[in-house]
Amino acid sequence: MAKRKQAPGRTLIVFLLGTALLYGLVALAGSWKPELGLDLQGGTRITLVAKGDPSGDNLDEARGIIDQRVNGSGVAEAEVVTQGGNIIVVEIPGSQRRDLVETVQRQAQLRFRLVACSDFRPCQPPAPDQGVPPSGIPQTAEPDPQSTDAPSADAPSADAPSADAPSADQSAPAEEQSGTANRVAPGFGSADQPAQAAATDEPTDGATTDGATDGATDGATDVPSDGASTEPGTPTESPTADSDLPESFDETAVVPLDDAIAFMNGGYSLADYNAFSSYQCSPDGGITKVETAPPGISPEEFEALPPQPVDDPTAPLVSCSAQEDSGDNPAPAVKYLLSPSVIAGTDLEGASYGIPQNEVNYAVTLDIGGEGQDVFADASSKLVKGENGDNFAIVLDGEVLSAPYFSSVIPDGSAQISGNFTESEARSLSTSLKYGSLPISFDQPSVQTIGPSLAGDQLSAGLLAGAFGLGLVLIYCLLYYRGLGGVVVASLLAAGAVNYALVLLLSETAGFVLTLPGIAGFIIAVGVTADSFIIFFERIRDEMREGRSMRVAVEQGWKRAKVTRLAAQVVSLLSAAVLYIFATGAVKGFGFALGLTTIVDLAILFWFTKPMVSWLARFHFFNGGGRLSGLSPETLGIDRPRGGGTTVAAPAERRKA
Amino acid sequence: MGKASRLGNALYTGEKSLDFVHRRPLWYAITGSVVLLAFAALIFRGLDFGIEFTGGTEYRVPVTNASQEVAEELRDAVAASDVEGAEAPSATTAGDFILVQVQELTPAESDEVIAAIQSVVDVPADDLNPSEIGASWGAEIAQRAIIGVIVFLVLVLIFIGFYFREWKMSIAALVALIHDVVITMGVYALSGFQVTPSAVTGLLAILGFSLYDTVVVFDKVRENTRDMRRNRQTYAEAANLAVNQTLVRSINTGIVALIPIGAILWVSAAQLGASSLQDLALSQFVGMAVGVYSSVVLAPRVLVHLKSNESEVKLAERRAKARQRALADRYAAVPVFTDDLPVSESDDDPDELTDEDDDLERAAPSLSKSRTASSPTEPGLGRTPPPARGPVRQSNSSGRVQPTRQPKSKRK
Repeated sequence: MAKRKQAPGRTLIVFLLGTALLYGLVALAGSWKPELGLDLQGGTRITLVAKGDPSGDNLDEARGIIDQRVNGSGVAEAEVVTQGGNIIVVEIPGSQRRDLVETVQRQAQLRFRLVACSDFRPCQPPAPDQGVPPSGIPQTAEPDPQSTDAPSADAPSADAPSADAPSADQSAPAEEQSGTANRVAPGFGSADQPAQAAATDEPTDGATTDGATDGATDGATDVPSDGASTEPGTPTESPTADSDLPESFDETAVVPLDDAIAFMNGGYSLADYNAFSSYQCSPDGGITKVETAPPGISPEEFEALPPQPVDDPTAPLVSCSAQEDSGDNPAPAVKYLLSPSVIAGTDLEGASYGIPQNEVNYAVTLDIGGEGQDVFADASSKLVKGENGDNFAIVLDGEVLSAPYFSSVIPDGSAQISGNFTESEARSLSTSLKYGSLPISFDQPSVQTIGPSLAGDQLSAGLLAGAFGLGLVLIYCLLYYRGLGGVVVASLLAAGAVNYALVLLLSETAGFVLTLPGIAGFIIAVGVTADSFIIFFERIRDEMREGRSMRVAVEQGWKRAKVTRLAAQVVSLLSAAVLYIFATGAVKGFGFALGLTTIVDLAILFWFTKPMVSWLARFHFFNGGGRLSGLSPETLGIDRPRGGGTTVAAPAERRKA
Repeated sequence: MGKASRLGNALYTGEKSLDFVHRRPLWYAITGSVVLLAFAALIFRGLDFGIEFTGGTEYRVPVTNASQEVAEELRDAVAASDVEGAEAPSATTAGDFILVQVQELTPAESDEVIAAIQSVVDVPADDLNPSEIGASWGAEIAQRAIIGVIVFLVLVLIFIGFYFREWKMSIAALVALIHDVVITMGVYALSGFQVTPSAVTGLLAILGFSLYDTVVVFDKVRENTRDMRRNRQTYAEAANLAVNQTLVRSINTGIVALIPIGAILWVSAAQLGASSLQDLALSQFVGMAVGVYSSVVLAPRVLVHLKSNESEVKLAERRAKARQRALADRYAAVPVFTDDLPVSESDDDPDELTDEDDDLERAAPSLSKSRTASSPTEPGLGRTPPPARGPVRQSNSSGRVQPTRQPKSKRK
């Protein structure tokens, strides 16, 4: 502060250097024209057609989520509208925004599951040693019909026709397991059979727990199994109906962690195992059924499996890892058999992306809250001791994003997905995840380039009007404030230059676009910016009317004007910040622009106008009340001749300072 | 310039002063009726919401070469068709199509629009394929915006309350804000312009500007009223002087802010016809003008009104009244000499008035309490000192501690 008083010139130079630096950055970014908005330049139009026949509420909800995804950073001013009963149209400024297609249409249904089997960790069919007496485990008393019902949810039509019959021999209740195993086991050879006694114990234990699991799950959510059993006559149709209407699941359903761990340790049923062997990872990153039924599965059962596994949160899932398409030799996709979901995607509180310390690749960081946080901490503590990769899988839209293992207990629910992401992939994924999952899924979208929605003459007319108005303002300031008016002109020009540079930089980094209302907003901001000078100058004049010299009046007036100005700008900043945080779409963009101009305005006042006036106060033209300085006794409307007073007062001031 | 500058100086010193705080009934009546008119306009004329809020109809017009010129021709043709709801169509190129969006139409109106489209592009009506589009500014966005505005208002009112240490200023600012917003919306309803997102944006800007302007004026009010006592001013006088002192600034700011918006409004309304510029400029122009007006005329008045019940303000008010009377006739309180007039000293400082109804009693000196207490009753007791004019404080004037004396009100 004291420094600034002594050396207004230095502040001015620093400010000018800062502005030059800003323009240097702009030159580096390489564009000298700001991105224009949808109304002025057109953009990309993505038409998404929903699969099936979603309800109006679901479509509206999807519209809202997509709106948040594309307007997430708040400045793109994209438009999202519903059309007809099943179409969502997204319009994004900029003609080459195909990269956003994935962000927009990704369903983003996130689940956390445990890995039971994978290509790396082959597992055996549930064929327990016959030597273990079933009666030794108390849970065998579990009623059978429920456990037979459960596999029908796992592989929806595996035994749908006979699901209600307790004597169905394909399913895996404890008493019948031996028989089933006898029939199936030869196909897989006995090499995989566990050698240790402990391990032989496990499957049986798991199997019975599985029964408990499925029973409990069924009790909680009957939707999937009901869906399968209500259409027992048409087993091939029910899976397609399921895949078309994924919203028929309770998407937030989870099973207790202990059950999932039991499942992981071998508690899967034979139907699960068969499903696992019936799918393969296709080279293009998807998952398909194998051509012919693998040994151990009856042809009808194989036929009944849906072409793609159904992502039911309460049932086990067969899934492939996401294709890693970076690098020369892409890693082959890995197939997993996963437990029912233990943490629902709705527990996700936030997602961000970045490069973690000591790493080279981008990663997406998930912030799990709510109940999921406890489950996650629990899982990490229970699985951290797992030796051979007790994997925890993060599943997005039925695809395994990553299957990490816990290296330590994670109590705060922060998980990290580190695939071989590029920056744009990581950003796209975290944006999709952050705003929740879509209740519907879409067919392949159509993408078009669209033209501007406003007539071409509007931009030029608006700019012309703005220039005209600005000219009038400058003339008025020069007439009223005379010499000080020059300061206003210079300050407005400086503000314009800084604003323009920031707009350029932000359109490069944050996707900021100028719409016609935005341009008008900047022109309107001229009024508020000019007000800061008016307040300052009026204060100086007031001080001089009290008989102070200009040099003193500038400092005194500044002290008071500063406080007023700061208080008033806090109001503007508050409105900008609140609008930015709460609103969406165009209002968000407006809040952003308002905040930007307010901050620039303050910066100009503190670092440009004030030092400039202090500096000018050294000149006799202003100091001595020259006729055109705007500070002469005549302009101030006072009678006292002040000529001599200032020249005497000035050296006295200098001595004091 | 000379006259204006003189006026500026006169306003600053208080030599000339426009009354911005009194004559409440008149100004409240004026303001109230304007606000009522605006309400009436809102209710009876209503707001005409655009496609963005209501949804509408979209025609996909297949064309061989979708250029910007064809799109503009289409837009003009549809706008010229004089169909209600299609005054401000939007036409955009999209691949091999031009999309024309209008508000929801009846089948008959839709046929008219189709005829207008066919007058430009020769396509069979079956290919136009009108489809319904939803609102991009649906209830959800409105809801979020409203939550945002409420949070903003609460935060700003708290801020004003804390910054000025005076919640009554928050109330006055809020009153001025409501006044501004209602009048702006009323004028908008009268103008018959379509409400577009730009107009809403403009209105939101008004929220900030109105409060901002009020804060600037109130800052000066607080500065002046802080040493109201020393300056022998009432709250109303101090506030009025503050408003007069900032009047030049308010007028200048108003002019400087309104010139560019006026230029945009004029260009867009006169030259371009319906456009999103016009909507924004109108809501901004009216809002800013009303905002400056209300910060000068309405907010200080409401503030003074609210403060007029505070005891300190009342006291200052009474002091000023007494001072004025004393100034008008300095000897009004001197009794006419009669033979049996008790010898007394009159304490004549109007600043020391403390009891309630002193206005009348001052003219009849014999009834004053202090006099009866201080009159010498018994001879031989020496001089009875006259009552002190005010509390006696310790003073170091004679190098030793002086006795203190309780103020009159605390004495038994």
